Amino acid sequence: MSDRSILRDLPRLALLTLLGLLVLMPYIWMVAASLKPLDEIFRASLSLLPERFYAVENYGKVFAKVPVWRYLWNGVVVCGGILFFQLLFAVPAGYALAKLRFPGSGFAFGAVMLGLLVPYHVPALPLYVGFSQLGLLNSYTALIAPATISVFAIFLFRQFFKSLPDDLIHAARMDGLGEGEIVWRIVLPNAWPAATAFAIFSVVAHWNDLFWPLIIVNGTSYATPALGVLYFRSDEAGDDFGSLMAAAVLMTAPLVLAFLLAQRRFIEGIATTGLKG
Amino acid sequence: MSEAVLTRTTPRLSAGEALAGWMLTAPAAIAFLLMLLAPTLATIALAFTDYELGAPALNWIGLENFAELLQDRGVAIALRNTILYVAIVAPASVLGGLALALLIEAGTRGRAAFRAVFFLPVVSLPVAMAAAWQYLLHPTIGPLNAALRAIGIAGPNWLSSSDTVLISLAAIGVWENIGFNLVLFLAGLTAIPRELYAAAEVDGASRAWDRFRLVTWPLLGPTTLFVVTITMTRAVRVFDSVAVLTQGGPNKASEVLLYAMYEEGFTYFRLGYSAAITLVFLAIVLALVWLQTRVMERRIHYV
Amino acid sequence: MDGISIEGLGKGFGGTRVLRGVSLAVAAGEFVALLGPSGCGKSTLLRCIAGIEQPDAGSIRIGGREVTGLRPSGRDVAMVFQSYALYPHLTVEENIAVPLAMRRLNAAQRLPFLGALLPGTRAARESITKDVRQAAGALGLGALLSRRPGQLSGGQRQRVALARAIVRRPTAFLMDEPLSNLDASLRVQTRREIVAIHKAAGVATVYVTHDQSEALTMADRVAVMQAGEILQIAPPAEIYANPQDLRVATFIGSPRINTLEAEADSGGVLRVAGQAVGMRVAGTGPMTLALRPEDLQPAGAGLPAIMEGVEFLGESLLIHLRHAALGTALVLRLAPEDRDTLPSEGEVALRFPLGRALVFDGAGKRVAVHALSPEATLV
Repeated sequence: MSDRSILRDLPRLALLTLLGLLVLMPYIWMVAASLKPLDEIFRASLSLLPERFYAVENYGKVFAKVPVWRYLWNGVVVCGGILFFQLLFAVPAGYALAKLRFPGSGFAFGAVMLGLLVPYHVPALPLYVGFSQLGLLNSYTALIAPATISVFAIFLFRQFFKSLPDDLIHAARMDGLGEGEIVWRIVLPNAWPAATAFAIFSVVAHWNDLFWPLIIVNGTSYATPALGVLYFRSDEAGDDFGSLMAAAVLMTAPLVLAFLLAQRRFIEGIATTGLKG
Repeated sequence: MSEAVLTRTTPRLSAGEALAGWMLTAPAAIAFLLMLLAPTLATIALAFTDYELGAPALNWIGLENFAELLQDRGVAIALRNTILYVAIVAPASVLGGLALALLIEAGTRGRAAFRAVFFLPVVSLPVAMAAAWQYLLHPTIGPLNAALRAIGIAGPNWLSSSDTVLISLAAIGVWENIGFNLVLFLAGLTAIPRELYAAAEVDGASRAWDRFRLVTWPLLGPTTLFVVTITMTRAVRVFDSVAVLTQGGPNKASEVLLYAMYEEGFTYFRLGYSAAITLVFLAIVLALVWLQTRVMERRIHYV
Repeated sequence: MDGISIEGLGKGFGGTRVLRGVSLAVAAGEFVALLGPSGCGKSTLLRCIAGIEQPDAGSIRIGGREVTGLRPSGRDVAMVFQSYALYPHLTVEENIAVPLAMRRLNAAQRLPFLGALLPGTRAARESITKDVRQAAGALGLGALLSRRPGQLSGGQRQRVALARAIVRRPTAFLMDEPLSNLDASLRVQTRREIVAIHKAAGVATVYVTHDQSEALTMADRVAVMQAGEILQIAPPAEIYANPQDLRVATFIGSPRINTLEAEADSGGVLRVAGQAVGMRVAGTGPMTLALRPEDLQPAGAGLPAIMEGVEFLGESLLIHLRHAALGTALVLRLAPEDRDTLPSEGEVALRFPLGRALVFDGAGKRVAVHALSPEATLV
């Protein structure tokens, strides 16, 4: 049945293509509008191609009015910082919970399972109060710190490390490696599939997050891409959809391009990892 | 010889093992305490106070916040809208994801390409895509209403009319979630042994519908349950599109729980009251998880 | 005829040809084993008969009816899969009932809840239950009817798969390595049960296996397949003693048959490393002399061989040797009490009964053998 003729497959392909185009509509119109001058947009014609090519002006306006590079850089710093600390904390903890017997490990694992139930919106209010008392509103610290602990990461790494053979650890101990060395030199190199999957999951989640940056950041200097679009929309663009769409394209592009380059890994990281967790 | 080594080193190792266990979990434990456990407990505590940001002191007011919640028209609307939103987004994106997965799985051509197209919204910056939707749904210059005009229909003011705003947000929600569900269903479908379909054919299930009833649907049971609950928990968290597009308006017609919590907490700085809303949100999420584990226990234990 | 008849079946996947014009006839009530190494096309052939795969060329008739191009459901065959392919969400009783429900109930009657209200559903359901219980009883599954496959042992699952196949009384049974997931002792026991089921049902059966002992013990006839072709189809004893192809000779038998490079001169006189071995063959050029391990005997004169070692197997001994001139490895099977007829090292001579010598030409086809002179019955 797999080698059906293309003719019999045609209705299925046509239907999928139609539905695919429907899903792509926002992208298509977003890009189209970012290439058009305002008067063409206001004419509300259904033509996708601009009569007057206005991309330079639209994108130029975004770059002139908005610190685009600053937003993107902030996004990179925040996502990179979060991922770094998440791995730094979660990998050793995952290893300890998977392979070591120590008093309190059951309790710790219980805490992880409990933590999985709590959406990150719940601790937001006290965290905001805390950071504001410390004078840390509008800082990378405030953007990064709350996300440094990922119980999901601990859980994921524990599950993954459990499947590593015990003999590997025993052999490393016989060879004289300390537990810390075992984590970073033996276990992590063998955990790349889980680590990449989690890295993609984490970066996508925090690059796209609006809730926490909206609470903790005020002004452009620490704004992430998500906040950047929001600011531009309310302050600069007004009804200038051409440049608003240009800004949207610019901020969406990095992750979308990364996704198109490494589709399978993205899908594994975001969706299928969740299936196991 | 290895026996001897083992017996000699085991006691020494377990003391070391305990120490190593604590050392390796300590960073995560401290971060867990500071960033998750303590603030979550603080949220619960705050819900029973009248704390406002900048206020010199706070008072324990017991259940007063919750009593106010019951009277609060805004919160009632937010709760109703959230439930309505979930009630539209969850079934539509679950069934849609399943239908798309079956359609993609039915042939070999274009699998990766279609999967990528439908998954694209999951990785796209929601704020930016909300802006794109705003343009698409714009009452006068939006392509959707332009297309409707072309066939003689006057499209509504999708995001600014209280009749259509929630439906529009839900449509965006379905668009955001359907690719995610599709991928989960595809994973579930590939896990079904091919031989079961062959057996079903030999047993006389000649029509596609019979094979779906006999094999696909029952074997997809665990996946479906997982997809339903994960979609519901994702949909309950709706925030970005509301914050960007409607701010809960017009006239609270698109107010949802998380946005109400955000407004009370960070616009009016009524942290105690906002914490109480947060607890309602948490209760809904926990109820969904509880429901999932209950249903999981009761059925779908095949192997 | 009423069994299965296959003509010139061809099938390719992408560039590789999996079946190359296979023809096969299975009489009604006959048990034919398809035997071959993995990847030889035997499972594909079976799946073509079942209708799970569509052949590119050739025709299939089952029960006297042309079924090429028909869906599996229209062929009236039952199949036992290697993985059993039981429906994990259905009980044993429901699993066995599926093929009957699909045939005796229409689509509306099969609907949950609603179907039970339609006329005729109850009577049909009762007849199904009766037949299911009978089939389950025949296989000793009576006590397990309400269990799910996940709660059964491998052997019990296998029986459920068999029950699901026999419950419908089909025109043909197709079995795809049904015993390969069972442990060794259960396998031997289940062999006999399958043969008994086949006898009782009296239905044409095609049984795919890579295990020659299964094929030889169970089948009326064995079809040896390799590289998408049936090399020979014959009763088990015939396949073993009288292989028509070198590949059949080397595939069947354990330990593997001994093969020696040989040469037939223009007069047809066969020589191994220049030594005449007392026979003439119908042909000239390079030949292969093949001898079963139990057909070689130590003797005063004959093929020169060097002792290499002895393996004790309990009921027999395997003597490992090497042909003195060719260096080819040879194996000889000996009763333990005959151990003393051979020295433990050094050179020995081997002979064999001429009637047991199998000679194949350069293309691997069997050639006839004649004694060189009346008295030269042995080398």
